[in-house]
Amino acid sequence: MGADFVTLSLTPILIGALAAVACALPGNFLVLRRQALIGDAISHVVLPGIVVAFLITGAVATLPMILGAACAALVAVALIEAVRRLGRIEPGAAMGVVFTAMFAGGVLLLEQSDTSSVHLDVEHALYGNLESLIWLDASGWGSLTDPVALAGLPPELGRIALTLVAVALFTGIFWRPLALSTFDEGFARSLGIRTGALGLALVVVSALAAVAAFDAVGSIIVIAMFICPPAAARLMTDRLGAQVGWSVVFAILSAILGYVLAGYGPGWFGLGASVSAAGMIATVSGVILALAAVFGPRRRGAIVAT
Amino acid sequence: MLWEALTLQLGYNATLVTVGAALLGFAAGVTGTFLFLRKRALVSDAISHATLPGVGLAFLAMVALGGDGRNLAGLLIGSALSAWVGLLAVSFLTRRTRLAEDAAIGAVLSVFFGFGIVLLTVIQSLGAGRQAGLEDFLLGSTAGMLRADALLIAGGGALVLAVVLALRRPLTLVTFDPDYAVARGLPVARLDLLMMGLVMAVTVIGLKVVGLILIVALLIIPPVAARFWSDRSDHVVLLSGAIGAVSAWVGAALSATAPNLPTGPMIVLTAFAIFALSLLAAPGRGVLAAALRQNRFRRRVHMRQGLLALAHGQPIYEGLTLRLLQHAGLVRPDGVPTEAGQARAARALRDEARWAELRAGPGNEAAAALHDGVRDIETVLTQDQIAEIDRRIGGPRGVPG
Amino acid sequence: MSALSLVPNADRVAADAAALRAPLAIRGLTVSYGQQPAVFSVDMTLRAGAMTAIVGPNGAGKSTLMKAALGIVTPLSGRITAFGAPVELQRHRIAYVPQRASVDWDFPARVIDVVLMGMYRDLGLLGRVRAHHRDFARDCLDRVGMTDFADRQIGQLSGGQQQRVFLARALAQNADLYMLDEPFAGVDAATEKAIIAVLKGLRDEGRTVLVVHHDLATVAEYFDDVLLIATRKVAEGPVTQVFTADNLQATYGGRLATQQIDRLPGAGA
Repeated sequence: MGADFVTLSLTPILIGALAAVACALPGNFLVLRRQALIGDAISHVVLPGIVVAFLITGAVATLPMILGAACAALVAVALIEAVRRLGRIEPGAAMGVVFTAMFAGGVLLLEQSDTSSVHLDVEHALYGNLESLIWLDASGWGSLTDPVALAGLPPELGRIALTLVAVALFTGIFWRPLALSTFDEGFARSLGIRTGALGLALVVVSALAAVAAFDAVGSIIVIAMFICPPAAARLMTDRLGAQVGWSVVFAILSAILGYVLAGYGPGWFGLGASVSAAGMIATVSGVILALAAVFGPRRRGAIVAT
Repeated sequence: MLWEALTLQLGYNATLVTVGAALLGFAAGVTGTFLFLRKRALVSDAISHATLPGVGLAFLAMVALGGDGRNLAGLLIGSALSAWVGLLAVSFLTRRTRLAEDAAIGAVLSVFFGFGIVLLTVIQSLGAGRQAGLEDFLLGSTAGMLRADALLIAGGGALVLAVVLALRRPLTLVTFDPDYAVARGLPVARLDLLMMGLVMAVTVIGLKVVGLILIVALLIIPPVAARFWSDRSDHVVLLSGAIGAVSAWVGAALSATAPNLPTGPMIVLTAFAIFALSLLAAPGRGVLAAALRQNRFRRRVHMRQGLLALAHGQPIYEGLTLRLLQHAGLVRPDGVPTEAGQARAARALRDEARWAELRAGPGNEAAAALHDGVRDIETVLTQDQIAEIDRRIGGPRGVPG
Repeated sequence: MSALSLVPNADRVAADAAALRAPLAIRGLTVSYGQQPAVFSVDMTLRAGAMTAIVGPNGAGKSTLMKAALGIVTPLSGRITAFGAPVELQRHRIAYVPQRASVDWDFPARVIDVVLMGMYRDLGLLGRVRAHHRDFARDCLDRVGMTDFADRQIGQLSGGQQQRVFLARALAQNADLYMLDEPFAGVDAATEKAIIAVLKGLRDEGRTVLVVHHDLATVAEYFDDVLLIATRKVAEGPVTQVFTADNLQATYGGRLATQQIDRLPGAGA
């Protein structure tokens, strides 16, 4: 592993791993709250968000697009809640109505607007462009201590690192009320915990993670990392802390293995080009979940003796 | 142009696609109702995303066998097989592990979709150009569709619809009353499987028209919209089918009028417009009607509570109650009841006494169950019955004058 | 039947002031799900240092009343005070045991973790769990006979054991008012005995206990006071005065046969 690795693979792997962990952390609580598909809904509505941001600003600039995506995620969450409560519709169907409609709106806007000249298309939204997030200024491992080379790191790395810090802080600070309200909402409310606001905060933080990760790696990884590592971790342990720990390990493992397999795997089969890293990371996370589902020490729920 | 499109005057292919989409929309609306009412709407999302690896593998297999990788029938068979595997994976994760269905659905849809993308990039790396068209399965595309493809879609839509209509009775029974269905000797497990099979068929046939990301909208939005208009299951099923058909027809027609109006999104947005209208304006379950009703109800509750508090000489703590009473001229600003207020309070008290008598008597469970505090007894009993109760409780008490 | 009182509302409110200092005082509470009131215009005043049962038929609003008193569901109207102040300001003095079936027991936690949840107000967001917290949690488990299960995964408990853990969590709240929602539903006889012993112990320390209860046969044995409700209040007061055949008939309507009531201990006509 030499200079080539640092230039071409180090930053994509780091970004992939950071994005995976940022999604997996809130994913643990979403899975326990039976809200796993919120991640699915959020990642679908990111597309209309960035298209609208593009139409407003007229340029492919990162910050407005992130803001647009974040707004779209919030609008989607608000709409889902509104449809669920006002229409008294079960959450799954409410989600299905809202995210498909918003995604359709995004595709339509994209087709209507002249985006052929810029790099903005549905495929990009889905797969991201992890492979292109290379560190051109790096000349080897030594560049890690070279301020000039460090300044040339892809900006996505800083953004996703910052997001991960924010997500980790949220998870750490609100760990206790999150766990409490996830386990026993009625009791949490009797203590005065504002469970509604807390649940909304969890969704907003998930949306933040999704948007930042999406910017770097596309929406496939986002959905997969929200659900697969926490779900696999759930099958490994009966302790919440340990579950979150396992999910972080699985997320990092998926990112590294997935990227390596996508970048170098095809060569082993004599194929010239590489395959989608985002797709491969999702695939690896699925393989890990499958292994946990077959061999995980806590794959079965507790058998309650009454 | 739109009129021509709506009335099928834009050529043979466009007509086939529009008719096929409408048939498909009807079948999707009906099938989706069963799914929705069993609270499993998003299973369809897993199924649709799970079709992608099948498309890729079928392409690779057909190329390896020396055929044309783009043969639509072959691709659809492949997508059906991999959707089936995805469905099995969802069912394995929910039944054999502690994971809930939402996590299983999310895991399967993202992993299968990710693997499908990997396969698409493999196909790309095999040689550019030959894979053309596979991306169309993501969002659907009817542009440049072959006549055989259009026929396949129209025929497939008709076939699914025929199966759904033929089996709607047992499916309805299984959806609404599984216990009774078992008692009647219906093969519930097999009908469940058939329902999933229909969802899969709708998805696969819809792939080319609507695309795999949006096909779930055709299965979810029409039943949700239809539910606002009726509480009767058979009506919801048919209405949902009709909404699906209209959405698909109008959406496909709109799409045919201009080059940059993609079919899938147009169909979904038409369906969503119908949903939004239903959510707001439907009588009964619609938001506006419910809000008006809730407000009226709230006032009735406060009024009644205020009158009872007056009758019992209890304090009133609620500002709204006092305002309502005052507004109706039943209390003075300092909270002392007026003459009219005294009369109304006495009447409320008598109503309470009548209800209490009714509840205490044997054999009145059905009537007594209606006693929710705000319902006047006159709306439940006849004058004769009330007179009988009054005889037992000694007539109206505490009514001045 | 008293004549209509022609007293200004302000004076009536003043006359009620003393009662509002009770551990729990509810005035004009109405809660409705949609257009159907689950609780209608209920007034109640809990006697300090007593064990009170809320009794009524299924769907009579017993649990809803308790949840509204705790601020878990939002009422359509009504005023709720605890120890003379709005209930939101008195949460630290109130412990709550929800229905056992209302939570997912497959949640990744051990028995001791659940008991520690009762100390949330002490621990706060980031407070460290120290030895004395753990000792107190084990103490609470000891009082419900669950010391040996402290490190057990909660999904591996029987129904009775789960209920004991919930009670231990409430004990860890160290409150003045304990509210329990159907604590005896689906538990074994030994657990029922153990729970009632703990509750009587609390009562004897001067704390107030309110229990949603559905077993008419044990009301007189377990409780001091009773509140009979069937969407609206039928009666409240000491069991000896209120738990009568007439009141039960009015609560349950024709649903309870007269001879069934006659057989109840303490239910004299």
